[in-house]
Amino acid sequence: MTGFVLRRLLQAIPTLLAVVTASFFLIRLAPGGPFDLERPLPPAAMANLARVYGLDQPLWVQYLRYLGSVLRGDLGPSFSFRDLTVAELFARGLPVSMTLGALALSLALILGIGLGTWAAFRRGRAIDRLIGLMAASSLALPTFVVAPLLQIVFGLTLHWLPVGSWEGGAPSHLVLPVLTLALPQIGALARLTRASLSEVLSAQYIRTERAMGLPPGRIVRHALRGALLPVVAILGPTAAALLTGSVVVETIFGLPGIGRYFVDGALNRDYTLVMGTVVLVAVFVILLNLASDVLSGLIDPRLRLAR
Amino acid sequence: MSRAWGRLARNRGALAALGLLGAITLACLVGPLLTGHQPGRIYADLVQTPPGLGAHPLSEAVRPALERLAFRMRATVRESVVRDGIMRLILDSSRPIDERSLSYLPRSDLFGPPKVLERSEDGRSLVVEAPVRRLYFLLGTDALGRDLLTRILVAGRVSLLIGLVATAVALVIGVAYGAVAGYLGGRADAVMMRCVDILYALPFVFFVIMLLVFFRAGLGLILVAIAAVEWLDMARIVRAQTLSLRRRDFVRAAEALGLSTVAILSRHVIPNTLGPVAVAATLLVPRVILLESFLSFLGLGVQEPQTSWGALIAEGARAIESAPWLLAGPAAFLVATLIALNLLGDGLADALDPRLAERT
Repeated sequence: MTGFVLRRLLQAIPTLLAVVTASFFLIRLAPGGPFDLERPLPPAAMANLARVYGLDQPLWVQYLRYLGSVLRGDLGPSFSFRDLTVAELFARGLPVSMTLGALALSLALILGIGLGTWAAFRRGRAIDRLIGLMAASSLALPTFVVAPLLQIVFGLTLHWLPVGSWEGGAPSHLVLPVLTLALPQIGALARLTRASLSEVLSAQYIRTERAMGLPPGRIVRHALRGALLPVVAILGPTAAALLTGSVVVETIFGLPGIGRYFVDGALNRDYTLVMGTVVLVAVFVILLNLASDVLSGLIDPRLRLAR
Repeated sequence: MSRAWGRLARNRGALAALGLLGAITLACLVGPLLTGHQPGRIYADLVQTPPGLGAHPLSEAVRPALERLAFRMRATVRESVVRDGIMRLILDSSRPIDERSLSYLPRSDLFGPPKVLERSEDGRSLVVEAPVRRLYFLLGTDALGRDLLTRILVAGRVSLLIGLVATAVALVIGVAYGAVAGYLGGRADAVMMRCVDILYALPFVFFVIMLLVFFRAGLGLILVAIAAVEWLDMARIVRAQTLSLRRRDFVRAAEALGLSTVAILSRHVIPNTLGPVAVAATLLVPRVILLESFLSFLGLGVQEPQTSWGALIAEGARAIESAPWLLAGPAAFLVATLIALNLLGDGLADALDPRLAERT
């Protein structure tokens, strides 16, 4: 297992390098710079700024410097948020995004797997169809439609919950964003669980258990262990997407997470912020994919041998 | 294959989805010609009209609109009566009224060309007759006074086009790549799939956003950018299929007959992978449409004067308190299309793989 993890981490290095290189040169190819204002600065001031931030060097020197500083764990100063480094920006935004993401992920896991299991055990009945239809609809509802709808219903009409803002993570401010984030994942997980559990339930060993009169609770537990493999497989990408923040949800609910950094950074030509976000997300994706593969290996020993 | 069609035809949900998709596509193609409005036509006097079946201007809206117009003509409305679509009004002023100022009436979108019936001797009051226009805005108008239904249908053309074209591009790249990798096998396959794995790990949506931000979003670019993200799944599916097909007798027979690799791939391998590919493609279209609408929602996608469902939803979300129908209209079209495509994809999957249909 340790060897497997190490090998995967080694394989992650070329991927990360590709990500950093591609995004570095792509952003530099773009017209415009971080210090372009409506009223252009005097050339001397521009030259000074470029020198301070090292933008006067040849591009490949800047690239190597950036690689070096990333290796030392320094993501550099932000161009658009003055006096803040990219790392400080992440330190502010990441807790917000990760709180929301972790809550949404837990909710999606509980409800998604729960509803999927329920549907699989009541296959073909009305409740199965209902869950199937709800899952299909939740997948088709874009977050930017769900979020305003929730705001109207629970915020503006019923006045049960605040429409937005963070307020230090007060629980009532978390409900609507978490719900919005979790909804499509609930649908996806429910469908996946139902499909794979249906397959497992028709397997010989479950039929044997049924024939031997094992209590339903025990059967569910045995069946779920096999059925959860595909769920665990998509858990990596899902968790990465949820934990690194959502532009739409953070914009609509006015939350100070890191979801907005990338789009704002790109619009402002904030080179270091864009690069930092890309690196952060890539690291999350790689680590969480690895975690979900390790988890698969724990559930199904055959996968360990296959490696 | 015909049996698959039969199974699809028996799936009522999938059929309903197919019918709904056909209806939406048809409406988007011919609908804008039938609504009686140009998509870009601005009715400045009918901003944010709520949806309804009635003809505009509504009878209670005529008087306030008239008073606004009369103010610009430096006159006051003494009396106005609407009968059979013809409005008769009496204008007063402290000074003689210049009849040319009556051209404010037809310019307001609400009234037709006016006719002066009587003019008092001092010219300070006029009796005017003008037809009242009858405009229908079934889904209301937007913040600039454009007919929402027309705009949704025109936007639908863009959204559907992007969904179909990007899927087609992803399909061609993915099928070709997957078939070649699966057929060649061995080291070539390992290298090609390793590339796919690396591409999978890239935060691709970021690259799409970068392309759009830095190189000024255009429809073509969005299509290419989206297709570049989405061909990876297709390549994997086709490769897995090809790997199993390769060992089948008819492929080996074709090899023994000395057919070229291209001929074997195009005549024997790819046609046999089309079932699962059709399913994946049907499920890809809604994902592309959703991705496009997400980008447009961020303001990075389709730009004015063109519009797409995502762009319309973004507009609607901004006006949600004053005019919720601006969100509801385009969102309903988008969600209906997405659900229908998903149902159709599921139906196709069941129809092509009856074993799976029995199991699930």
